[in-house]
Amino acid sequence: MSQFIDRRPNGKNKSAVNRHKFIRRYKNQIKKAVSDAIAERSITDLDRGEKINIPAKDISEPVIHHGPGGHRETVHPGNTDFVTGDRLARPQGGSGGAGGGKASNSGEGMDDFVFQISREEFLDLFFEDLELPDLIKTQLQKLMREKTVRAGYTSDGVPTNINIIRSLKGALSRRIALRSPLQNQLREAEEELDALRLINDEDSARASALREKIAHLKTRIKAVPFIDTFDLRYNNRVKQPYPSSQAVMFCLMDVSGSMDQAKKDIAKRFFTLLYFFLTGTYDHIDLVFIRHHTIAKEVDENEFFYSRETGGTVVSSALKLMEEIIDKRYSPTEWNIYAAQASDGDNWSDDSPLCKELLIKSIMPRTQYYAYIEITEDTPRGLWREFQGVKKVHSNFAMQRIEKVADIFPVFRKLFKKKVA
Amino acid sequence: MNAKTLPYTSEWTHDLLQRYDEEIAKIAAEYKLDTYPNQIEIISAEQMMDAYSSVGMPVGYHHWSFGKQFLSVEQRYKRGQMGLAYEIVINSNPCIAYLMEENSMTMQALVIAHAAYGHNSFFKGNYLFRTWTNPDSIIDYLVFAKKYVAECERRHGEEEVELILDSCHALMNYGVDRYKRPPRLSAQEERMRQREREEFLQSQVNDLWRTLPRADNAADAAKLAQFPAEPQENMLYFIEKNAPLLEPWQRELVRIVRKIAQYFYPQRQTQVMNEGWATFWHYTILNTLYDRGLVSDGFMIEFLKTHTNVVYQPPYNSQYYSGINPYALGFAMMSDIRRICEHPSEEDHHWFPELAGTDWVVSLDFAMRNFKDESFIAQYLSPKLIRDFKLFSVLDDDTESHMEISAIHDEAGYRQVRRILASQYNLSVREPNIQIYNVNLRGDRSLTLRHTQHNRQPLADDIDEIMRHFVRLWGFTVKLESVAEDGTVEVTHECEREH
Repeated sequence: MSQFIDRRPNGKNKSAVNRHKFIRRYKNQIKKAVSDAIAERSITDLDRGEKINIPAKDISEPVIHHGPGGHRETVHPGNTDFVTGDRLARPQGGSGGAGGGKASNSGEGMDDFVFQISREEFLDLFFEDLELPDLIKTQLQKLMREKTVRAGYTSDGVPTNINIIRSLKGALSRRIALRSPLQNQLREAEEELDALRLINDEDSARASALREKIAHLKTRIKAVPFIDTFDLRYNNRVKQPYPSSQAVMFCLMDVSGSMDQAKKDIAKRFFTLLYFFLTGTYDHIDLVFIRHHTIAKEVDENEFFYSRETGGTVVSSALKLMEEIIDKRYSPTEWNIYAAQASDGDNWSDDSPLCKELLIKSIMPRTQYYAYIEITEDTPRGLWREFQGVKKVHSNFAMQRIEKVADIFPVFRKLFKKKVA
Repeated sequence: MNAKTLPYTSEWTHDLLQRYDEEIAKIAAEYKLDTYPNQIEIISAEQMMDAYSSVGMPVGYHHWSFGKQFLSVEQRYKRGQMGLAYEIVINSNPCIAYLMEENSMTMQALVIAHAAYGHNSFFKGNYLFRTWTNPDSIIDYLVFAKKYVAECERRHGEEEVELILDSCHALMNYGVDRYKRPPRLSAQEERMRQREREEFLQSQVNDLWRTLPRADNAADAAKLAQFPAEPQENMLYFIEKNAPLLEPWQRELVRIVRKIAQYFYPQRQTQVMNEGWATFWHYTILNTLYDRGLVSDGFMIEFLKTHTNVVYQPPYNSQYYSGINPYALGFAMMSDIRRICEHPSEEDHHWFPELAGTDWVVSLDFAMRNFKDESFIAQYLSPKLIRDFKLFSVLDDDTESHMEISAIHDEAGYRQVRRILASQYNLSVREPNIQIYNVNLRGDRSLTLRHTQHNRQPLADDIDEIMRHFVRLWGFTVKLESVAEDGTVEVTHECEREH
């Protein structure tokens, strides 16, 4: 008698450990695939798995076996027209035919090893280059917005807020409370009067006193008002602060001739990193791409990263455009504003003080965080010095000089420092 | 449709599985199939992929290569490039067979007959499995192995463990015993032998010889230095016992890989027979069910469609051809043995006089028990099958400009085709003959491997990598000598320890 066991409820991820080991082992190849993928994908689109290609020979497991050559005789099925002694040319490259069986033996012509990594694995690898500490809890400060919420009832307010049910309930209980002792007295008086009537003693002094009392009580009962200002209850609404869950991220980049594609790729990682951290905190994020040389322009992502222009550099043009866009579309009371700027440090020398002014006066007070990276190996120039001035005034301004991808992270370190209350 | 017919639905239920199994068990018993008790487990497709990637071991230690396997299976399955096997069966007692939940009722019945009665009886009956595997304890051993490897990873680090396992995997096919070692001598036997030797020596003592001058025994010294005394083919065993620098836990890892290799050793030599046997029995059992009116026409149509797909052999010039399909060849040979027993032709009387006209159940059982692929084909491949498959042999010699058709399915070629096909399944022909030949005990401890060439076939390129793995395990220089057909020996590879 066979025994049947239903194993389906058991976990299915028995291979997870092995899979993980594999990925760890081939991290370099996989990482290369990941960085290729980053170049191809949009910032907002990085958040999913990726197909990875590894040449099969890189991950083959060697076993001892024969190579091609020597004297060998093999049997195949399905003879159609061969007779003993026929001579035939060797098939080339194991493309089917009689040589088919050997092709796989010699390990030639095998395809690349292709597989899919998950979103988490992808992100891990993506962030690895940036040398992030393992457990970063984002401590982003959020813009506080207010909203009114119900908060019970109050005894005064404006007539539009009167809560009728509550008010009438109050009135009813007040009426009951005020009337019931009078009503008890009234009932007693009437009973006594009835008793006097039975013994025909209606004309006595006692009876007339009772009649008087009854009339008095009835007036008093009547005098209890149906509704009183005392009964009125108003819906109470209070304003509660809550963090805004929408953010806008401005990406500013210098696209003058001196920014080559390698620098732009570093910038892209930098922008992506900021975007990722924001996604952890905000439900809704708008991206605004502003590129500039001597004039600034709002563009879409593709154009932002992959089109080239030449010419001089006027950074303030981008800042002005950013300011305009904030005014027009992103009110600081509703949006958390973040900005990331990448540049190679070139600017017209007259323009740099203007940038500082713009930042300190207009932009910094309205943004949560402003990160500036300078991708260059040269010595700092005017723009850098002016921006240092901004940093002194506003603590939420971060700046960093970057030569390679690994330098990006320190810019963010500040951002995730726990805010001490 | 009569009353006892089993219901035919595409959805299976636990109740139906039981009823089908009962009927199949009855018929299997009538055909005298001797099986281990069955433990049939229902699993999902994901679990099947898990089982796949651990080469069918129900519990396996963790290693990246299984992860690689899993990723590729998963990828191909998701893209629809491959269906999963309908079943996996494990040579254990009780015999564990996995059924996939996606299978229809017909498929489940097929799989039960195929795995739980076909493969199961083969595991229990075939001499290779009886000699080399221990189905009672394999699961326990695998559990032990998994825990041990995990423990080593914890203590010595995953990388360290991985290094050893990688190297062992590279030599896995050379980690099996092909012959039983003689049992250990008991202390008493040892004493007895020693006494015998003493008596013998005593009887040979002749004082006269002592005074003869001795010849200089340089040759003897060389012989003495030879270690191991005889070439060793089980490399992992040799390493486990003799590698100078391995830590005890590393030896244990070598042993684990070796034991698992040994467990799979019979399977590698009985593909055609094992699959042929199981396929023959699912075919025979389900047909018997049908003959007795237990299953409906619809059931049979669905079953036959799957069955025909399984036993299809594409011809050599088809784009689907990738060698001989073991299911097709095995099934055809098993069916052919039955045919020879029941309805022998003139030719069969001539070729198989001892088989023609005997009880097919007994003859088939005998064939299953006492052969492996190589000997099975050499013994039972009939001229009729060679004609049916239109087998022909191609001679490819790299000293010739052309390949030659050396034999086809005709009177002159039958024996040659059969001989060549049989040797194609001979592991010792398929795998290069490499043995541990010598260790330089008094010098640099270098180890010499000796490859004895067969038909001038060279080793594949990745031998370099294998040598590095070998050095990692041995700890000192490893050399590889090649012995050509004419007896000349030359050192072809040498790999030193990295410092």
